[in-house]
Amino acid sequence: MTSLGPALLSAALVTEVYGLGASLYGALRGRPRWTHSGRRAVYATAGLLTLAFAILEAAFLRSDFGVRMVAEHSSTTTPPFYRAAAPWSAQEGSLLLWVWLLSLWSSLVLFLTRRRLRELAGYAQAVLLGFAAFFTVLLIFLAKPFVLQHPAPMEGLGLNPLLRHPSMMIHPPMLYSGYTLFTVPFAFAVAALAARKLDAEWIRSTRRFALTAWLCLGFGVLLGARWSYAELGWGGYWGWDPVENASLMPWLTGTAFLHSIQVQEKRGALKVWNVSLVLATGVLAVLGTFLVRSGILDSIHAFGASTLGKPFLAFIAVISLGSAALVLSRLDQLRSQPRIDSLVSRETVFLLNNLVLVGLCFVIFWGTFFPLISEAVTGTKASVGPPWFDRYTTPLGLVLVLLSGVGPALAWGRTTASRLPRIFAAPLGAAALVLVALVAVGGIARKPLALVMFCSAAFAATSVAQEYWLGTRARRALTGEPAAVALLSLVRRNRRRYGGYLVHVGMVVLLVGVAASSSFQHVRDARLRPGQSARVGSYDVRYVRATSARSSEKVTLGAVLEVTQHGRHVATLRPSRGYYPSLDQAGLGRIGRFFKGDSTSELGMRAGLGRDIWTAIQPDLSSLEPYIARADRSFPDANPQLEGFLVTTVVARYLRDGPPAEFRLIVSPLVGWIWFGGSIVAGGALMCLWPRPRAVRIRRAARSTPGLAQPLGRPRPGEGETAGAANTIVARLADSQPSTGRGSGFSQGSSL
Amino acid sequence: MDPGRRRKVRLAVMLSVAVLLASALVYTTFAAGSQAMRPSQLATSAVPGRSYQLSGTVVAGSVRHTGGPLAFRVRDRNGRTSVRVLYEGAVPEPFREGREVIVTVRRRGSVFVGEPDSLITKCPSKFTADERS
Repeated sequence: MTSLGPALLSAALVTEVYGLGASLYGALRGRPRWTHSGRRAVYATAGLLTLAFAILEAAFLRSDFGVRMVAEHSSTTTPPFYRAAAPWSAQEGSLLLWVWLLSLWSSLVLFLTRRRLRELAGYAQAVLLGFAAFFTVLLIFLAKPFVLQHPAPMEGLGLNPLLRHPSMMIHPPMLYSGYTLFTVPFAFAVAALAARKLDAEWIRSTRRFALTAWLCLGFGVLLGARWSYAELGWGGYWGWDPVENASLMPWLTGTAFLHSIQVQEKRGALKVWNVSLVLATGVLAVLGTFLVRSGILDSIHAFGASTLGKPFLAFIAVISLGSAALVLSRLDQLRSQPRIDSLVSRETVFLLNNLVLVGLCFVIFWGTFFPLISEAVTGTKASVGPPWFDRYTTPLGLVLVLLSGVGPALAWGRTTASRLPRIFAAPLGAAALVLVALVAVGGIARKPLALVMFCSAAFAATSVAQEYWLGTRARRALTGEPAAVALLSLVRRNRRRYGGYLVHVGMVVLLVGVAASSSFQHVRDARLRPGQSARVGSYDVRYVRATSARSSEKVTLGAVLEVTQHGRHVATLRPSRGYYPSLDQAGLGRIGRFFKGDSTSELGMRAGLGRDIWTAIQPDLSSLEPYIARADRSFPDANPQLEGFLVTTVVARYLRDGPPAEFRLIVSPLVGWIWFGGSIVAGGALMCLWPRPRAVRIRRAARSTPGLAQPLGRPRPGEGETAGAANTIVARLADSQPSTGRGSGFSQGSSL
Repeated sequence: MDPGRRRKVRLAVMLSVAVLLASALVYTTFAAGSQAMRPSQLATSAVPGRSYQLSGTVVAGSVRHTGGPLAFRVRDRNGRTSVRVLYEGAVPEPFREGREVIVTVRRRGSVFVGEPDSLITKCPSKFTADERS
């Protein structure tokens, strides 16, 4: 069955090349039949790649060690859950996952837009198939997932223990989904430029894909941070590693794009900016993949000894130069749009937000690629660390939080100066209240940036809450609904808008967590014997006793820690370290291999919304080394039973002697807010993605067709006459207000 | 002021601010950058007190941990020249002999002292087969 894999990949490449040609021919010559044929080639590619991926998955699940990749990344002792996730632990499998996901998303978007965007479809298909063909070529010639080996080994090397974490099943597919989904708006932007159809239709049709890409990439990044925090034994969640940065950059430009397209949809402005942003996002998504594959920068996430750097570089050069050439050649058509009328308007805030996001992206890009820049300029490679990144990203993050509170409160077009005090009274009051409360608590003023972040967060959260409240109040006044019903109706009918506000709240919560946990964290590395204590922050941690456990998979050595605060018991934690036996019996010894292979930390953690108490242990095995060495010398041919007995004896000695251990003890305030904020962001994004009620869809479609609005604005059977009339009135009010400057913005630019 | 002139003034101000910020960015990056070096480069040209970003492979059999700082040697990825590193603080999970590491160090006599929390190792999903075995 696995021998079918290469044939399927070859068939996929032929289909992609045919589809690319047919799509381009159909688009350039205006032949819809060829364009349809190109679309069917996309569907066929998705089918072929699905089969190829299924065969690889089956090989992993069946432990078919005749496939080299399976033997190198799985074993019969690897649990089935992790065997299913093992394909993307390798270069070849992760590339196959990339192109498979790309083919699925491409098929989905082309199916959904099959009756629209006819003039763009051919070009967009060609771009999507071009991406797919590039990755399929890599899979056929440079990173082959279906290489067979004879004879097949009896056992595989197994999945690295550190990857045996539930996040392994979700984190990589989420990141790849984000990257591949961003190619969809990229492809349609290229198509719009190529076909000179530069209205907002391509944006409307691919907006959900851009938002889904943003959600998947953001969720993937957050999962990676959580995995690092909970599994990797250093207590951090972000290290400013080049590959981490590479995943953040397209997310930032994607965030900017999702804001600025609203300006184009509402005001017809920022066309050049929007199309440049989405093209940059597409290129940055490929750049992220390139950094992982090329090893061009020293990164903990880069594959070693990869040969994919040059092809990727060539591909990035082609899509970057092609994109730039397309934008420049269409500048005249892109420019002929209205300008922003007033500095005090929502679109101005969106523009500022875009500048900050793009500035943030540029800073991260500069810091990430600085080793290459410095080598080109000075001849020596130099790099910058987290303090450099923090110096720039912290103030820019603060500005973003403030803007996330200002933007929702301002109206499209213009907000008059006389309205500003009323709009911002409550948010400014909340910020002042937080300032006074935190200064009164004491200790926080020593960290002025954190203090500014907390006040800004209060400002932004209150501003959003005010928008919800004003909207609910207006709906209640018009419909007479109870408050809860009015709020639900309001959100249900304006999911994109209120979902967006919820995303703002989530980001604020998340950034408060980042500010608090990085500014007020207490870290202590201590070497303790049983009975000894160490103080971290206001907590005392006592090493009560050593622990051990043994399973067929690993030997676990750990500790029981008692945590107290001012003499009061807070928690009992059990950090441990699992030692997985190495297959290298000759080099490490029959017994030594049980203690010198890969090892992983199991944290002892008390997590909460207020603070996390985080502990990890590194047992000192030096006192056991003489016994292990003697056992290796005395029993070089020990059978499994004797091995087990000797390992148990060594472990018993560890427990009896109670040797010292290195502990990392961390108390982090509000770190839980990061994960909680991330969940709110995801909830808000899902709210935006959820389809609107049918009545609202019809009314909006009708409003875009003059003369049809009133008849179609009538209530549907079953809806109350009052509610329907009220909705129509409010919708008209909303449409008539954009440049009046009235209201805080709650009733503008959107129907209730 | 007429709108056209006002737009030009705004553009000039924004461009000036952007140039200022970019200059600050460039200056601080070059001032704060740690030179990235391989062990063979570090052994011959490191200046005491200055920080360097050392990247290479942990030498097999060189890791010693006996109560004090962790001691190990790092060699070139494709070479034999190695330098001795003393490191205090938590060691990342994947740290092991034969694995690639990146650590910020300062020369002290014949050894290089790692800055706390600067030691990072290759993400386990990116090990190649020879590293695994």
